[in-house]
Amino acid sequence: MEKDQNKILSDVTSGEYKYGFYSDIETEQIPKGLSEEVIKVISKKKDEPDWLLEFRLKSYRHWLTLKMPAWAHLEIPPINYQDIIYYAAPRKKETLKSVDDIDPELKKTFDKLGISLEEQKHLAGVAVDAVMDSVSVKTTFRETLAELGIIFCSFSEAVKEYPELVKRYLGTVVPYTDNFFASLNSAVFSDGSFCYIPKGVRCPMELSTYFRINSANTGQFERTLLVADEESYVSYLEGCTAPMRDENQLHAAIVEIVVEKNAEVKYSTVQNWYPGSREGKGGIFNFVTKRGMCKGENSKISWTQVETGSAITWKYPSCVLRGDNSIGEFYSVAVTNNYQQADTGTKMIHVGKNTKSTIVSKGISAGRGQNSYRGLVKVLKNAAYARNFSQCDSLLLGDRCGAHTFPYLEVENQTAIVEHEATTSKIGEDQIFYCNQRGISTEDAIALIVNGYAREVLNKLPMEFAVEAQKLLQISLEGSIG
Amino acid sequence: MLVINNLKASIEGKNILKGVNLEIKPGEIHAIMGPNGSGKSTLASVLAGRDLVKVTEGSVTYFGKNLLEMSAEDRAKEGIFLGFQYPIEIPGVSMVNFMKAAVNEQRKHKGLEPLSASDFLKMMREKKELVEIDSKLANRSVNEGFSGGEKKKNEIFQMAMLEPKLAILDETDSGLDIDALRVVANGVNKIKRPDNSFIVITHYQRLLDYIVPDVVHVLYDGRIVKTAGKELALELEEKGYDWIKKEVENNILA
Repeated sequence: MEKDQNKILSDVTSGEYKYGFYSDIETEQIPKGLSEEVIKVISKKKDEPDWLLEFRLKSYRHWLTLKMPAWAHLEIPPINYQDIIYYAAPRKKETLKSVDDIDPELKKTFDKLGISLEEQKHLAGVAVDAVMDSVSVKTTFRETLAELGIIFCSFSEAVKEYPELVKRYLGTVVPYTDNFFASLNSAVFSDGSFCYIPKGVRCPMELSTYFRINSANTGQFERTLLVADEESYVSYLEGCTAPMRDENQLHAAIVEIVVEKNAEVKYSTVQNWYPGSREGKGGIFNFVTKRGMCKGENSKISWTQVETGSAITWKYPSCVLRGDNSIGEFYSVAVTNNYQQADTGTKMIHVGKNTKSTIVSKGISAGRGQNSYRGLVKVLKNAAYARNFSQCDSLLLGDRCGAHTFPYLEVENQTAIVEHEATTSKIGEDQIFYCNQRGISTEDAIALIVNGYAREVLNKLPMEFAVEAQKLLQISLEGSIG
Repeated sequence: MLVINNLKASIEGKNILKGVNLEIKPGEIHAIMGPNGSGKSTLASVLAGRDLVKVTEGSVTYFGKNLLEMSAEDRAKEGIFLGFQYPIEIPGVSMVNFMKAAVNEQRKHKGLEPLSASDFLKMMREKKELVEIDSKLANRSVNEGFSGGEKKKNEIFQMAMLEPKLAILDETDSGLDIDALRVVANGVNKIKRPDNSFIVITHYQRLLDYIVPDVVHVLYDGRIVKTAGKELALELEEKGYDWIKKEVENNILA
């Protein structure tokens, strides 16, 4: 049985990464390297106002004073930041007026990824912003959303069309001084999505951003800013893939969310960057800062993430619960297989009274994968009656992988109640035998058990994507089923 | 349908089965009784194909095929069902999904199309009624949070769903109150047909009040030491196993 299990688990590795192709698209790039000059070039290419260039330069100068963080339970090879291209964009002549103006090769790429840029062909009820390398290539359903006053566009467009909004919120949740990768992103970020839901509006469709790295040697530094005004609601989903390459590629993004009084944001991620080969060659370094601010009373942020890709993941989607009675949630499934490493978790900062947070983290390790949960629950002095529940489960497949848990609790208010539960389990031979005895093969049994294990989190995803994520889990663990 | 010939098996180097002979014909119910540690569950594990148990000698023929060469899942697909003594919990996997996977694997094996969702749910409903099991069971995870009695009833329910040719019930009666025992036994009696057979492993005679066996065997120290009709169970109930133990020892001395 043990042997079977190991064989099946090693078959994973022969499971092809489905999105590893490269599109031959004419690309405009700047030379490798990072300097104030490079930042000025990026800013100029995007025709940015002076205040934004200043923001970038300030960030860059601060970044120069920082060292890469070393506290994560990760082995990160040295990164030469001068050996990265900081801007690459599919070449286009002028602003796109309709889908027909999009480079057919580009359209084909996204079709291949299952993301249609044509509204009528797309999943009903999902608006998409498609980002390739450093720029957004198309945002669908903009007009439909605009009728409700919802702004959903690329970050670059937002800077041009809604500079006041961007200026008001940019860097308010993740300051440019926040951490090494956040400072780097603030200096060189290229594109991303901007979303504003006005007062009292319930966004009628899922909003989604699809990120694609295409060019070699480039880093992707996107920035997402999402503002939910009072009494509004939005569900947002991001997905991402990249070609297979022998070199590592850097992805250092920032997501900032601001939620006003009585508003709610549900943010889901299905992360499937190229994880590297079975021998651990190549793959994306995914160093991301995501944070939401529950600014107003009764506001709510819910993060759901399914992390199956990337060679290294360093990511802690967090909530600052400032408004009284505000709620933060974090639901996560992280898979590490082969030589993948993940150090992921969340921070829940309770500032306001009666604030509540829930953390459910499910780690799955296979092959030689290393999976760490790292989470901070902080209850500040004035956060009376704050309440937290954390549950961290780890599932081990095989005997060469690792699971680690690093929970931090800092409670400064006597009335707070904080709970932490953790379990570590292996897929039991008896579970597999039980399935076998009902006629289910070992391979299918593992898929069934893993999906059952992750169910609580998968259930939090929007319906359309839950099935997708479930398939993804199977592919990243079992390959041969695909 | 099943012929066991001089079967010897060990677990982690320890000899448990020391030459078991048994033949089961279609439509028969065989009870296997015996004291703790005599090898009853090991025999069930060998028949179901559990890797943990190593067969060192002997043969098992099932419908003319060498059973020992078949994988556990193929045995299941060929109609062997094991009702577990300790049913396993699979958190997060609903009974519906679990049974759908099992039933459709079996259908695939027979060259049949998978059941449609509505046909499948209809089948679940019918079988649930048959074994008098709580209708909310379908939405719960496999055995998770089930009481001891619910787990055993759930085994009988799965048996009803899979309609095995040979069902092996490993101490399905242990830990059941009298009502649950009756439900389990009724389930078995309703599923019984002239062409399917049962091996009922039990410590106690009381189950056999409800499931009437054709043959009763006593397994002791890895061998079947006595085989008789259903009256043997009553005799064991009355006299206990010491009587058998003595008889075996006398035989060895003689």
